[in-house]
Amino acid sequence: MSTIDISTARKVAHLARIRVAEDQLPKLAEQLSGILTFMEQLNEVDVTGVDPMTSVTPMRLKRRADVVTDGGYPDKVLSNAPDAREGFFAVPKVVE
Amino acid sequence: MLDLTFQPPKPKVIAGAKADWELVIGMEIHAQVASNAKLFSGASTAFGSEPNSNVAFVDAAMPGMLPVINDFCVEQAVRTGLGLKAQINLMSAFDRKNYFYPDLPQGYQISQLYHPIVGMGEVLVEMGPGVARLVRVERIHLEQDAGKSIHDMDPSLSFVDFNRTGVALMEIVSRPDIRGPEEAAAYVAKLRQILRYLGTCDGNMQNGNLRADVNVSVCRPGQYEKYQATQDFSHLGTRCEIKNMNSMRFIQQAIDYEARRQIAILEDGGSVVQETRLYDPDKGETRSMRSKEEAHDYRYFPCPDLLPLELEQAWVDDIAARMPELPDAKKARFMGDYGLTDYDASVLTAELDAADYFDAVAHGRDGKQAANWVINELFGRLNKEGLAIADSPVSAAQLGGLLDLLGNQTISGKIAKDLFEILWTEGGDPAQIVESRGMKQVTDTGAIEAAVDEIIAANPAQVDKAKQNPKLAGWFVGQVMKATGGKANPAAVNDLVMRKLGL
Repeated sequence: MSTIDISTARKVAHLARIRVAEDQLPKLAEQLSGILTFMEQLNEVDVTGVDPMTSVTPMRLKRRADVVTDGGYPDKVLSNAPDAREGFFAVPKVVE
Repeated sequence: MLDLTFQPPKPKVIAGAKADWELVIGMEIHAQVASNAKLFSGASTAFGSEPNSNVAFVDAAMPGMLPVINDFCVEQAVRTGLGLKAQINLMSAFDRKNYFYPDLPQGYQISQLYHPIVGMGEVLVEMGPGVARLVRVERIHLEQDAGKSIHDMDPSLSFVDFNRTGVALMEIVSRPDIRGPEEAAAYVAKLRQILRYLGTCDGNMQNGNLRADVNVSVCRPGQYEKYQATQDFSHLGTRCEIKNMNSMRFIQQAIDYEARRQIAILEDGGSVVQETRLYDPDKGETRSMRSKEEAHDYRYFPCPDLLPLELEQAWVDDIAARMPELPDAKKARFMGDYGLTDYDASVLTAELDAADYFDAVAHGRDGKQAANWVINELFGRLNKEGLAIADSPVSAAQLGGLLDLLGNQTISGKIAKDLFEILWTEGGDPAQIVESRGMKQVTDTGAIEAAVDEIIAANPAQVDKAKQNPKLAGWFVGQVMKATGGKANPAAVNDLVMRKLGL
């Protein structure tokens, strides 16, 4: 049975950019482990020959024509930015 | 038909301080789909627009916005797959590749890790007459491009433009079948040529519409053959991935540098660390992108916003029925039908526009002569004036007309060049120009004979010399050609001169 330990919980939180206080990690790890355990329980069901269900109704992926119908509103796109200059989002410097 | 007999090229061998080493290279090519709108939104893909003006709320990842796939982009991926003789997967699906970066507003890239739209295909990379590498393509998947960061507009800030965000890319992944820097560049060039023939990607590397990630490893001679026999990667060395290159020259330089770096480490008793590296063309070296290391844990999972992409076989068949003639087939046809050399056929099929032009000129005419005129006269002149074939002042019909006049001996080769010049600078119908300007070749033996007699009579000293040394007869031919304004048939003049001089 796979479990999520505290260090894995810490790593996953960091990768998701979610700040979790150190004293909250044990509880989080326990909850995540509980989810995994449930998944493993589901794995016990024999689904041989059953296609994965991707939608609750018999729907197919809707497609769009290759026509420009959107965009052209940079002010709206930038309106929630903490910092925007000269039409760009401005962020702390990232250089490789 | 297609002549597919070829020998594989020898792998590049680099001599280290202690031993010989071979290179093993695999490539991931990101080719931007030549669509009007983005992969999952209705925003424009136009290059060079005002920052953030080609951004829909879907691209900016505003809450509640849902992606709707662009049908045309799906079709282009299928066309590309068919062009690479690849398997088309009627059922594919989209996954989220999760990482944080300022140019990725969603916090994930929608891609196709588990079920790509295109499976195994191949690219034949010619390295010379009869020498070619068959590079296996493992898969092609559709994915979103990221935005663009600009770092030099402010000392402490990076500026981000999302115009590119969400533009459709085809990631074309090769197997590690490429064995040297030159092969790598030739592979990119061949793929670019096929994409441009298909019209699925414009191949503009300068604008970043075609970029390459290169995986490089080195191994001792003999190891690669073991890998090919077993497909077991443990026979190969540890690879490094050089990211995001958009120049053939840089690709070659980066591979060469990276191979030598790895060889130096190995011969020193060290081991190569698998990592992502960046090529710095100014310094001519690759360096580690440490920031990407942790991000390698992408936690892929199926994108819950998109149902699987299901294709009908009939739809795929319809695309297959509309495929254009591709470079290999066109080249084989030019060699077979028009009798062109391998080299001339390669030159004429490099770009589709030029191939079409040549096809129109050569159709129903002497193919070799047409090739000479297109390559030497037309391409030569276009290059000199910095023009593309589409901007050629001389149309294929005009050049064809010129060749007809040359073929039926209405004009001489010399006059044909004058006629080409007139067509280039003034335009017009070749036959009418020749008629109205009296450029017709004189085949009337009487007129030529009179001119020959005149020259012989006027130059008794030269006649004596020529009788001593028959090679000097050429002087008379030249004089007669001059006297007739280049319109006399050179062969007829030559015959007459020889006869009159008794040679």
